[in-house]
Amino acid sequence: MSAPSHAAHQAPKSFIWKYVFSLDHKVIGIQYYLLGLFSVLVGMSLSLLMRFHMVNPTASLAWIGKLWPTAAAGGVMTPELYLSLMTMHGTIMVFFVLTTVPQGGFGNYFLPIQIGAEDMAFPVLNMMSFWTTFLALVVMISAFFVQGGAPLAGWTGYPPLSGAGPLTGPGEGAGQTLWIISIAIFCGASLMGAINFIATTVDLRCKGMTLMRMPLTCWTWLVTAILGLLGFAVLLAAGVLLILDRHAGTSFFLPGGMMINDHIIANHKGGSPLLWQHLFWFFGHPEVYIAILPGMGVTSQLLATFARKPVFGYKAMVYAILSIGFLGFLVWGHHMFMSGMNPYSAMAFATLTMCIGVPSAIKTFNWIGTLWGGQIHFTTAMLFALGFVSLFVTGGVSGIFLGQPALDLYFHDTYFVVGHFHMIMGVAAIFGMFAGTFFWFPKMFGKMLNETLGKIHFYCTFIGVYCIFTPMHLVGIAGNPRRYADFTNVEYLAKLIPVHQFMTYAAYFTASVQVIFLINLVWSWIKGPKAPANPWNCTTLEWSVPSPPPHDNFGGVHPVVYHGAYEYSVPGAAEDFIMQNDPTPLPSGD
Amino acid sequence: MSASLTQDIVHGPTPPADTGWGGGDDDGGAGRGSGRAASFTGLFVLLAASTMAFAAFTSAFVVRRGLSEMDDWTGVHYPPILFLNTAILLASSLVLDISRRALKAGERGKFNFWWTAATALGILFLAGQAAAWYQLKEAGIFVSSNPASSFFYVLTAAHAFHLIGGVVALVYVDVQALRLRLGPAKRTAIDVTAIFWHFLDGLWLFLMILFYVWG
Repeated sequence: MSAPSHAAHQAPKSFIWKYVFSLDHKVIGIQYYLLGLFSVLVGMSLSLLMRFHMVNPTASLAWIGKLWPTAAAGGVMTPELYLSLMTMHGTIMVFFVLTTVPQGGFGNYFLPIQIGAEDMAFPVLNMMSFWTTFLALVVMISAFFVQGGAPLAGWTGYPPLSGAGPLTGPGEGAGQTLWIISIAIFCGASLMGAINFIATTVDLRCKGMTLMRMPLTCWTWLVTAILGLLGFAVLLAAGVLLILDRHAGTSFFLPGGMMINDHIIANHKGGSPLLWQHLFWFFGHPEVYIAILPGMGVTSQLLATFARKPVFGYKAMVYAILSIGFLGFLVWGHHMFMSGMNPYSAMAFATLTMCIGVPSAIKTFNWIGTLWGGQIHFTTAMLFALGFVSLFVTGGVSGIFLGQPALDLYFHDTYFVVGHFHMIMGVAAIFGMFAGTFFWFPKMFGKMLNETLGKIHFYCTFIGVYCIFTPMHLVGIAGNPRRYADFTNVEYLAKLIPVHQFMTYAAYFTASVQVIFLINLVWSWIKGPKAPANPWNCTTLEWSVPSPPPHDNFGGVHPVVYHGAYEYSVPGAAEDFIMQNDPTPLPSGD
Repeated sequence: MSASLTQDIVHGPTPPADTGWGGGDDDGGAGRGSGRAASFTGLFVLLAASTMAFAAFTSAFVVRRGLSEMDDWTGVHYPPILFLNTAILLASSLVLDISRRALKAGERGKFNFWWTAATALGILFLAGQAAAWYQLKEAGIFVSSNPASSFFYVLTAAHAFHLIGGVVALVYVDVQALRLRLGPAKRTAIDVTAIFWHFLDGLWLFLMILFYVWG
């Protein structure tokens, strides 16, 4: 009698156990992906409403009046409604898209296959993790439908606004409470996921799969899981304190002597809003890397595959991932330069922030090194990976500006910051997801995506996002404040209105070309040509099994790994790639 | 070509020597026999998450205490029953290890007795914590009374939340043991539960120091 294997579960027969409460990491990965796809559509719709309102603040739209009878009475959006759209856009995008799809979606599906395991280490925990995330999303969306509507405090939930109750604004009653509860549930789900990812990577690698032979995607999923583990635990603790401030009359974050909307708040005393900021950003900065690291892994994998070259400096890439993860925990203060912190603390945080530029530059250098002299195949997946590198550099360079306390004091509450974080955390990460989708769709669904539609979608999206977010830097430098619902009547900003109109049209354009992507997904899934086992001639283990893989991934065979992850164009080899599980020794003899 | 490789590997040559650390070089086969190793990894990862949550509470505690030196932090007379509870929890950890040693020596009867005793002590600790809360409530000290009492309630509740999980695990093992279903496969459950319990024990000692020294 031996310990029951982690993957001892049989392939389920009934619909509900096969597709709903499935224990199979592949089904759970697709569930996460679909949850993210739904969320990104919701989040994008909210951003379109915001962009519309910014350039047409007085326009009346009947259907908006129907959707929000009080917050948009007569079809004209109130500033409070604008703030609640902003809050929900940020929250849904950061938590339910950027955090779930790259890790919960692709990570769940491909981590076990890439390391040669039959499933995640704890399949039941994996299933619970998804359904807990689903519950968190339901609670978050329900904030739209309670009295007062969705909260206004932004995705960062700063107190006192988020802590002082309904007096502070229409969404600050039940809506804000639901927001905190949803985030707390999400923290629990992420912790469950992180435990699974770490245990799987550490303990379930197949024979021969040493750490330094893992595909870089697995490294980024591992480090992302570690960041999530340490970060979400802190956010959960902070959320507990915040909800007690709201409902139990404590004063962790709420100071005394507040005067809100002509009411004196007498029942709070001595709390510190800055304490929340420290706890939040201790989670919040690693969260940025949670969003972007898996995209870096996918990009490395794709650049090597489609340039037919090994990743340049594999070990340096691994150490860069690790140091980005480590340094990510030491720089939260750079989100708080405006909070009146001691200039010496600011200097320390700024110096550490600059240090992150080093591993980031190593990664960019190595990506270019990987491309150098390669036989580049411009597939749609490759285009999105190249787009990722482009956006990462553009968004990263503006981060160097914001990392300087002296410059940040000016930039912080302007559109410069909005442009910066959308470039690097939003769009770059989304490009990572697109790249992953075009690369792995054949494996996940057994059908090839349409390359022509894919390329049209790529070029339109690539141009579109640059048209939206580059001008944001410029209006930011011109002093355009962010979070304002309406600045058409502000004299010094009047000249910037045409730029805002341009950005709004660019946003409409970019959003509408996403229809091409959705059509491509659905049409290819139904009618696309059948995918072979290894359409890209890629080396990693997921391409050694049929598309889609069988329930236990390897059809009862235990894979053995003989090579590193990126043996492309090995001199003297029969083909220009050597699979990781190919037992023939390398021609060079090592 | 590539599809056939999955078949070839069964008879392929032995893989070259490993240079990495950790798994990947164990007894071969994805996850065969690694359930135990994964359970331990999962446990330690969970402990890291709990540690981070309590580190966040502690830093909030220290910062909030520092902010209100002259102001609203009036301090709380913690109920003396906390010392009794501490002794009970320490005893439960001790008894738990006596029990594990008995199992190693093959004395199943002793194991069952001491494990049951440790479980009972764990439940007694929870009852003691409830009594401490009741005493505070009777003294008119509530979660919102002042920051010291707020933190006391939050930290003890968070600890008790973890402890309930620990008691559930203790009871699970105990039921398996008393029904004579404690096969070798359950050894992992025993070890994981015991390590988790010792962690909660250490965490409680830390909280006591925090309350009495810093509070």
